[in-house]
Order: sequence, then structure tokens, then C-alpha cells
Amino acid sequence: MHVDNDTVRKIARLARVRVTDDEASALQGELTNILQWVEQLDEVNTDGVEPMTSVVAMDTPERVDEVNDGGMADTIVANAPVREDHYFAVPKVVE
Amino acid sequence: MTELTDLTIAAARDGLREKKFSARELTDAHIDAIDAANAALNAFNLPTPDKARAMADASDVRLANGSTAALEGIPLGIKDLFCTEGVRTTACSHILDGFEPGYDSTVTTQLWSAGAIMLGKLNCDEFAMGSSNETSFYGDCVNPWRRTGDETPLVPGGSSGGSASSVAAHLCLGATATDTGGSIRQPAAFTGTVGIKPTYGRCSRWGIVAFASSLDQAGPITRTVRDSAIMLGAMAGHDPKDGTSVNVPVPDYEATLGQDVKGLKIGIPKEYRMEGMPAEIEERWQQGIKWYEDAGAEIHEVSLPHTKYALPAYYIVAPAEASSNLARYDGVRYGLRVPGDDIVSMYENTRAQGFGGEVKRRVLIGTYVLSAGYYDAYYLKAQRVRTLIKQDFDKAFEKVDVLLTPTTPGPAFGIGEKSGDPIAMYLNDIFTVTVNMAGLPGISVPAGMSSEGTPLGLQLIAKPFDEPTLFRAAEVIENAAGIAPRPERWW
Repeated sequence: MHVDNDTVRKIARLARVRVTDDEASALQGELTNILQWVEQLDEVNTDGVEPMTSVVAMDTPERVDEVNDGGMADTIVANAPVREDHYFAVPKVVE
Repeated sequence: MTELTDLTIAAARDGLREKKFSARELTDAHIDAIDAANAALNAFNLPTPDKARAMADASDVRLANGSTAALEGIPLGIKDLFCTEGVRTTACSHILDGFEPGYDSTVTTQLWSAGAIMLGKLNCDEFAMGSSNETSFYGDCVNPWRRTGDETPLVPGGSSGGSASSVAAHLCLGATATDTGGSIRQPAAFTGTVGIKPTYGRCSRWGIVAFASSLDQAGPITRTVRDSAIMLGAMAGHDPKDGTSVNVPVPDYEATLGQDVKGLKIGIPKEYRMEGMPAEIEERWQQGIKWYEDAGAEIHEVSLPHTKYALPAYYIVAPAEASSNLARYDGVRYGLRVPGDDIVSMYENTRAQGFGGEVKRRVLIGTYVLSAGYYDAYYLKAQRVRTLIKQDFDKAFEKVDVLLTPTTPGPAFGIGEKSGDPIAMYLNDIFTVTVNMAGLPGISVPAGMSSEGTPLGLQLIAKPFDEPTLFRAAEVIENAAGIAPRPERWW
């Protein structure tokens, strides 16, 4: 797999990371090298092998569906870069 | 009396109970050691001496009242990946600037309940992504060990570089660490310390900054096997707040020590004999085999045929999970915010400035392998290979109790020597990453010195939840090789 400039731009957009032209051109080479290196997995025959979902065999734990935590809005917004009362404030999204 | 900073956790615990010294004296000795060393080693990215003294004074009151809690009065360092209430927690990333959690991680909560004292937060690779502690926003952490007759600064390994460096330099009695692909065991090997990554699900992940959730596990770094057994006992346990935490009782690990290993079956995986592996790594490994033979254990060759595919599979699974976990850092709820023209450019600017190069690389790789059209070819393929890796171990453990391997393909390297080539850096984890992929417990124990005069480690791997056998077997290496001395003080 060769990663071109458009692909770097597309992934960076999906990942919400702004990249400069210089970074994009460096990343083309770096991502290509890493992806070519991982492609050695193609040598492994995985026909009929289940993909791992959990490394330790266990059932998904369940609990009673009831409120067991909360009432700490001050703590939750305490670290927000910008906040108004108990709200996280962001640039305008809807006109 | 020996210097208080030269004590093991076990000896300090006994001395405190016998009132030979106070928790405050023990803590002050470590605060002084940190003050003297941190400018050179950069092991702590946030020392918390005032908090440490307050915790020590409270511990002295409990000791006076006869407390025998497992870690009563023991000063520890905490990797900056563990949330600590009201104490800055950043995962050594710019994007978590100033973040002060409103809660403690389950592991640190348990340590404080056991009487431990926090000396501060420890440097690590950014979001634990690295093998040399060179990706930290707070700068490189330095290994207290140097090559003989050479002042080149060496890496302490990573990602838990600050944990390993501070324990090796006697700045704390033990440290918490985390291991996603080798981040406890590789730095332990590079610094002459003991590091155990327990079975996946043994320690709660709640409140630990997530990197790759199906691989991350917390564990201790200490100077002796006994200290690791004591510390893991306090860290481990079931936690309903972590859905992958396993509800299995925590054994008394310390009580399992001191037993012989006669008849214990030690497996030697032949695929770990890598092409181009330095001769002295092979020699250490052979030495380890000899120690077990001398101790009456049985040696068996075993085969783990998919070993060479563990690292490439890891570099699909881990970045994929990381890209998903790190989506939460968007400048809205905590940490850094860099303004933009609209909300999307605010996200993009924040993440561009907040993440370092290695983190961006892994987020982009992860986004790529999970993106439409590639998911089956990369992510599902890697998870199928992971099943095969686990099956290799299952088969080997039908024949043997423990596997013995080198921890790393070489000793500590110089700062900057490998940071230009991501894949060369990734290869550091070649012997450790298989253990995470299979969810098994693994321990690195100091096993002597390299020709350069720096420490080397051997790794032991056991069946799930068989940490007791791991500790018992680890003592054989420790007894034969000796506890690593404190590196000569140059700072």
C-alpha cells in the first residue's frame, strides 16, 4: 500500500488533526513504511480463524439498571477550557 | 543504619512497624533524593512534596495506632497516566494541559487505602506511546545507568521511563506503571529493576488514561521480586467500574515466595531466537536456562510459531484502539483548546498542537486501518492473527508452566539513537508484545550486566492469573544474578 498526499489529507480530516504541507509529505512516507511493514500479516493463513474479541474468556458483566452515580456537575465542568454555568461552551454550531 | 532510600519496600515496611524511623523521615529522605536528582534525570514531571509530607504525617498517626496495612508509610511514584484527584494528570501530553481530575484511579485509590504515600507524578511517553520516554511533552527522561567510561545519556526505556528511572535511582521505593506492548518490562530491563505486567483484567483500568483498551494493564516497578509481589497485591482486584476487570480473588503473592522450583517446567520458545540478536542477549538467556537447571527445574523447548507476526498485528490493533480512545481530546471538556474559525477547525487546531508526532502518526494509522474498505483487511486480519498467537501460548502451556525469554533485544540505547526510525523503535518490544496480545502475565527480572556495563533483563511468562508461579520462578533469577546495585551517582 502506498499512501499518497490525498489519502493523508483524507485520514487527517477524519481524525480531526490539521496537518501542514510539510507534515503531510513526511507522513506519506512514514505511513507507507508502517503499512508495508504490517502487510507481512498477509503471509498468515487465517481462513476459518475467529477474530479475537476478548483476551480473557468472560461474560459481559451486568448490573441493575438504576442511577448509581451523579450529582457532580461542578466537578465535571471544572476542567473545561470554556464553560458557562454547568455547560461546556463551544463555537456556534447552528446558525 | 543504611540510607533510608536504599531500603526495599519489605524492609521499609518492617522498619516502620518496628518504629525504627517514621513515615515522615522515610518520605523526607526521598523528597531530598528527588530534589537532588530530578534536574538530571527528569523522572518526575510533577513532584508533590507537600502532599507527600501531609500523607506521611497521616500515615504516622495510623502507624502509631498499630496499622499493618500492606503499604503503610511507603513512598511511591505514580506514572502520569493514573488519574490523581486534584493533582495534575496529563499522560505527558500537551493536550491535557492543566487537567486536574476530580477523582483517583481505582489502582491509586487502592494504594492510598493500603497506606501508600505519593511522592509525585512520573514522566512517561506521551499517552504511553513509545519505547524510550522520548515522546513526552515534558522532555526526555534519563536512565540513571551509563555505559562504563561513557557519559552518553541513555534512555530508561518506555513508556514507563520515569517509573523505572526513579526506582533504579532510589528516588522512590516503588512506582506504578502501565504496559500495553512492553511498557513495564522493557524499562525494567533497561534500568535493573523488576517489572510485572499482570494478566489482563487483574488490575482495574478505571481512571487510567486509555491507550489501547484491549491491551493496557497496570503493574508495579520495584527493585526486588518481593516488593513487586507486595505492591501488586495492593494494586490488583476486581472493580465493577471496569467491565474487563475479572472477579477472581487476589492471592497473597508474598506468601508464595521462597518456595523451590524443583520439577517446575520451563519452556524455551525457539522462535525467540531472532536473526541478528546480539550474542550477549543469547548468552544471558543461556545463563538463565542454566540457573533453572541448577535449581532443579525441567527445561523444555516449545514452539510459538506466530511470534514474528505479533508486532505487526500489534501495530494495527493498538493504533486502531488508540485513535478511538483519543477521539475524546477535542478541546471541549478538559485540557488544551486552540481556537478556530468554527467548531471543526477548533478540533483540528487543538489536536494538531496538542498531540506530538508519534501520537499523530498512530492516530492516523489507526484511523486508516479502521476506515471504510480497510477494516477487514487490517483490523480483522490482525485480530485473527491475535487468536493464533493466543492459541500458540495455550498449546505451549499444555506442556510447561512458565516460559523464559530475553526481555529486550539489547541493552539501553542512547537518547536520539533510534528516535528517527519508528519501526526500529517498535522492534524494542518484539519479545514483550506477544504477552499483551495474549493477555498473559509477564515479568522482567534483572539478570546481570551487558558488556557496556548496563543492565539486562530476562522475561518470564505464565498462564492467565498464575502470577504466583511467575513470582516464585522470578526469585530463581534474582537469587542467582543478585539484586541490581544502585547505579553510581553522577547527578
